[in-house]
Amino acid sequence: MELSILSALNAERTARRASVLVTTIASGAQRLVKAAEIAADPLAELLDKQLRMAKSAMVEVEGAQYFLTVQAPHPRIVITGAVHVSQAMAPMAKLLDLDLVIIDPRTAFATPERFPGVRLLTEWPDEAIATIGLDGYTAFVALTHDPKVDDPGLEAALRSDCFYVGALGSRKTHARRIERLAAAGFDETATGRIHAPIGLDIGAVSPAEIALAILAEIVSSLRGPRRKPA
Amino acid sequence: MISTDTDILSLAEAWARSGRGVALATVIETWGSAPRPVGSHLVIDDEGNFQGSVSGGCVEGAVVEEAAEVIGDGKARTLEFGVADETAWKVGLSCGGRIRVYVERILVERIVAEKVN
Repeated sequence: MELSILSALNAERTARRASVLVTTIASGAQRLVKAAEIAADPLAELLDKQLRMAKSAMVEVEGAQYFLTVQAPHPRIVITGAVHVSQAMAPMAKLLDLDLVIIDPRTAFATPERFPGVRLLTEWPDEAIATIGLDGYTAFVALTHDPKVDDPGLEAALRSDCFYVGALGSRKTHARRIERLAAAGFDETATGRIHAPIGLDIGAVSPAEIALAILAEIVSSLRGPRRKPA
Repeated sequence: MISTDTDILSLAEAWARSGRGVALATVIETWGSAPRPVGSHLVIDDEGNFQGSVSGGCVEGAVVEEAAEVIGDGKARTLEFGVADETAWKVGLSCGGRIRVYVERILVERIVAEKVN
């Protein structure tokens, strides 16, 4: 591998952008295909499929073997609300190998005692998000029930490529939320991206069960449907 | 801490930039029970230092040995290890699986090499 290719690949990864290194096994020829260039690549369909699964793989096209080294940014969850549900989500996300950041300007909630080992940001969501950024490998979850905290976060998420946007609250709460977002200029397509009521419908009651339902929905959005319905 | 395969790629770049001869080994196929998934990396330098893994430690020694050849002549090689391989008696996978490993040299452009020297 040319050092320049390795260097470009590492630069994409540092910038949290996906890329696929294509190696022709027979000749050793290599090219780096950045996420934005995939559609124009002869192997577009295969590159896209492997990238969705975030899995490197050997593929065969017209008798030639190619190895695809898939570099997908590490998926992460950004949450507004250092609340009971996010306390349950933190250790579960760790088991699932998902990075997690919690934003809550209410310092009585966002304490290291309540969230050991979790990255806590105590700025307001718009400021915190400006620092960490939201991208296509980020899930955004609004959990505070407080529009002052949740809405700026949701607005930033809807302006981004987040692969998942979810907001806690009843249908009534969510209807009012959509009204506020509409007033802020978000159309139905934009607000339709919000998963609400949040989480897979497993009848979750306790904070941990709600955390499980949310994480299951996030994983499902990340990996896509793999099994056809019977 | 070197904990992920992407960290290995950063290390490979750093080693190459510091002027070392570097080879990168990648698991490109697995059959049956294999200890490390496809895409796992092992980086090796010209003094036999290595980081990462392509198996549970069963075949790394053989890969490091082959990497010295790759660094020497610059030719990429595909190695196969496992019960079906004739070298199984020497370096097999105790788990009974089979893996294919692609070993390639990191090719440093002349300009970069001159700067380092």
